[in-house]
Amino acid sequence: MFEGLDPILLARIQFAFTVSFHFVFPAFSIGLASYLAVLEALWLKTGKPIYLDLFKYWVKIFAVAFAMGVVSGIVMSYQFGTNWAVFSDKAGPIIGPLMAYEVLTAFFLEAGFLGVMLFGMNKVGKGLHFASTLAVAIGTLISATWILSANSWMHTPVGFEINEAGQFVPGGSWWTIVFNPSFPYRLTHTVIAAYLTTAFVVGAVGAWHLLKDRTDPHARKMFSMAMWMAAIVAPVQIVAGDLHGLNTLEHQPAKVMAMEGHYQSHPDGAPLILFGIPNAAEKRVDYAVQIPKASSLILKHDADAPLAGLDTIPPQDQPPVGIVFWSFRIMVGMGMAMLGMGVWSLFARYRKRLYDWPLLHRAALAMGPSGFVAVLAGWVTTEVGRQPFTVYRFLRTAHSASPLEAPAVGASLIAFVIVYFAVFGFGTWYILKLMAKGAHSGEHHIDIDAPIRTAGITPGPAQHPEGGR
Amino acid sequence: MNAVDFDLATVWAFIIAFAVFAYIVMDGFDLGIGILFPTFKVGQERDTAMNSIAPVWDGNETWLVLGGGGLMAAFPLAYGVVMTALYPPIIAMVLGLVFRGVAFEARWRDPGHRRWWDVAFAGGSIVASFCQGVTLGALLQGIAIDNRAYAGGWLDWLSPFSVLTGVSVVCGYALLGATWLIWKTEGSTQDRAFRLAKPAAFATLTAIVLVSLATLNLDYAYREKWLGYPAVLLTAQVPLLTAIIAFAFYRSIRKRREARPFFLALALFLMSFIGLGISMYPYIVPDQLTIWEAAAPASSQWFMLIGAVVLIPVILGYTAFSYWVFRGKVTAEGYH
Repeated sequence: MFEGLDPILLARIQFAFTVSFHFVFPAFSIGLASYLAVLEALWLKTGKPIYLDLFKYWVKIFAVAFAMGVVSGIVMSYQFGTNWAVFSDKAGPIIGPLMAYEVLTAFFLEAGFLGVMLFGMNKVGKGLHFASTLAVAIGTLISATWILSANSWMHTPVGFEINEAGQFVPGGSWWTIVFNPSFPYRLTHTVIAAYLTTAFVVGAVGAWHLLKDRTDPHARKMFSMAMWMAAIVAPVQIVAGDLHGLNTLEHQPAKVMAMEGHYQSHPDGAPLILFGIPNAAEKRVDYAVQIPKASSLILKHDADAPLAGLDTIPPQDQPPVGIVFWSFRIMVGMGMAMLGMGVWSLFARYRKRLYDWPLLHRAALAMGPSGFVAVLAGWVTTEVGRQPFTVYRFLRTAHSASPLEAPAVGASLIAFVIVYFAVFGFGTWYILKLMAKGAHSGEHHIDIDAPIRTAGITPGPAQHPEGGR
Repeated sequence: MNAVDFDLATVWAFIIAFAVFAYIVMDGFDLGIGILFPTFKVGQERDTAMNSIAPVWDGNETWLVLGGGGLMAAFPLAYGVVMTALYPPIIAMVLGLVFRGVAFEARWRDPGHRRWWDVAFAGGSIVASFCQGVTLGALLQGIAIDNRAYAGGWLDWLSPFSVLTGVSVVCGYALLGATWLIWKTEGSTQDRAFRLAKPAAFATLTAIVLVSLATLNLDYAYREKWLGYPAVLLTAQVPLLTAIIAFAFYRSIRKRREARPFFLALALFLMSFIGLGISMYPYIVPDQLTIWEAAAPASSQWFMLIGAVVLIPVILGYTAFSYWVFRGKVTAEGYH
């Protein structure tokens, strides 16, 4: 049934599907780990029980999200070999160690601090427990650092030589490779995105419970904290995104051309296309709504600066414009909506209506998944924008795949779709169920309803099932 | 090939072999409990079996991720070729592991569908174990490589030999699972585990004999390594020790020892693993790729070695601590 299909396209769809499912969980748990550290710090500093309640509430959700990330991560560590064998052979000497460090870091975390953080509250002192929470928060960031370094190297490869077997091998210092040109920007942009994702989830949970009971103190606290994050971090993210874009313009101009929909070069000032429908056949954007010279102003900080278009890129090196154009607009649209929420919340605070404005709460509820949408759209933009290469300018996607036949990849793709929807459907259902319950005074500890968990080798309450209650 | 490359590739081969064996030792018994799961009574017996592995299974599985990640980093060519050649069993294995991993949690969180999650747990465990065995067999029987890429079809892995190794690993893990339960439980669950251990041991020993004989018939090189003189003086110790361990195992079961059967079952696995090492070394893909041909450049292997040398002992130490904390018997309510 797959005979007519291109096995490489199927492999790309499979990778995109599995990595998107995987990344949803880390995007949430990176931000949540830091949020938990903040909650515990506030509890230790102020002694107010509300922070402890919120900590205990969100740590349950964290445990499930983290476990889902681990389980879906097993698939990723094998898929490079199963579907991208040539890429693994050629780029393995550089990408492999970076990913191995990511695995070791995650493993290290799982082996140690996570267990104490989840189950150790009544077993170790407050200071040690807080140190563990902090270690988990920092550990998720270290993990992100390694994987984003590996990913960034594929966009901006430096510090390598190509040996006689055609492999990319380290040319000099590993620091050049780790700190490749797009890495600092990508790391900043991704971590802030994870924080915003978490903020909007927390905000939506707070809003949901405020809509039911606007005096609910836990819901108020969550909502207020989340809206502060939105108000402060959304503008920061827009600046970080802009800097990341300028970095991309310098190193991967074709990607920016696709994002902007610039099929043609503009020798004296390029317009900013807000909306339109990219027409690949005619190499133009139909029904474009555009601001003259604004793109040059944003990208070059000079309204009359010339800006090259895709007509300067050989056709075989161009990314597909349609997907990149749209995913970029979805991401930016979400970012602007987040900024809008932040500003609205500041206005509501000023008017003393933050907890008393159902329309605001409904909007915050609707914005709950906005971070996930923005994160995935952003990844689609950057990854599809790197096409037709896996290692930008040096290794083509068409030359990276395993020599597999279409039926094999098609069958595995279907299996992944079925299993992932069943398995992660359950995970999402369960997280939503926990969220619907809301936080309460004297919040129960994590193990109240089961003597079992999927979160690491943990000398926790399974030993003393009554201990954590 | 200078001296540094030589040493480093061998060091990494041993690190990865260690990770794989650590995985077999640790995940083997919890997969085995999944394999035996349908034979346990719904309710207290199943809950006890599940609880005995609850705190450790997730950490156990991380060794598999480490093995995969380490292979990609240290032997990228072998990683790519082997994973492609074994595409269907590898994909089925990870899907099986995903399923059983989530079933662990879902069984408690979603009691309305517990029956289905139990099926998912047992099914996922059996599929993952069988596929691991198939992978081993397919690797031993050889993989076609041409110009740094897999050169066979997507069903080449399937043969009577790879099915035999697949079934063998299922039997072996079932034995580990049964002996683990003998050690960690009491009462009716332990009685059942004692009853299961005997046929599981019989099946495992039969499988070891069959796979050993079949391996010798696969390829002249294997026969030479095992039966050539003077190698045979050394290699003959492996089946000899295996026989002694098997005898000790049956004695320990007859005398209803509690901890000993598990460790003797592990010793059987160690013997099989050593046998595998004798058959494979110095190849990573038999007769096609040596560890030196598949190795990443020295600077990549060095860079990673620093992290491995620091972190692996810490992980091992913590793992040992964790098993120590969870020593003793377990019941349906958890560890005591």
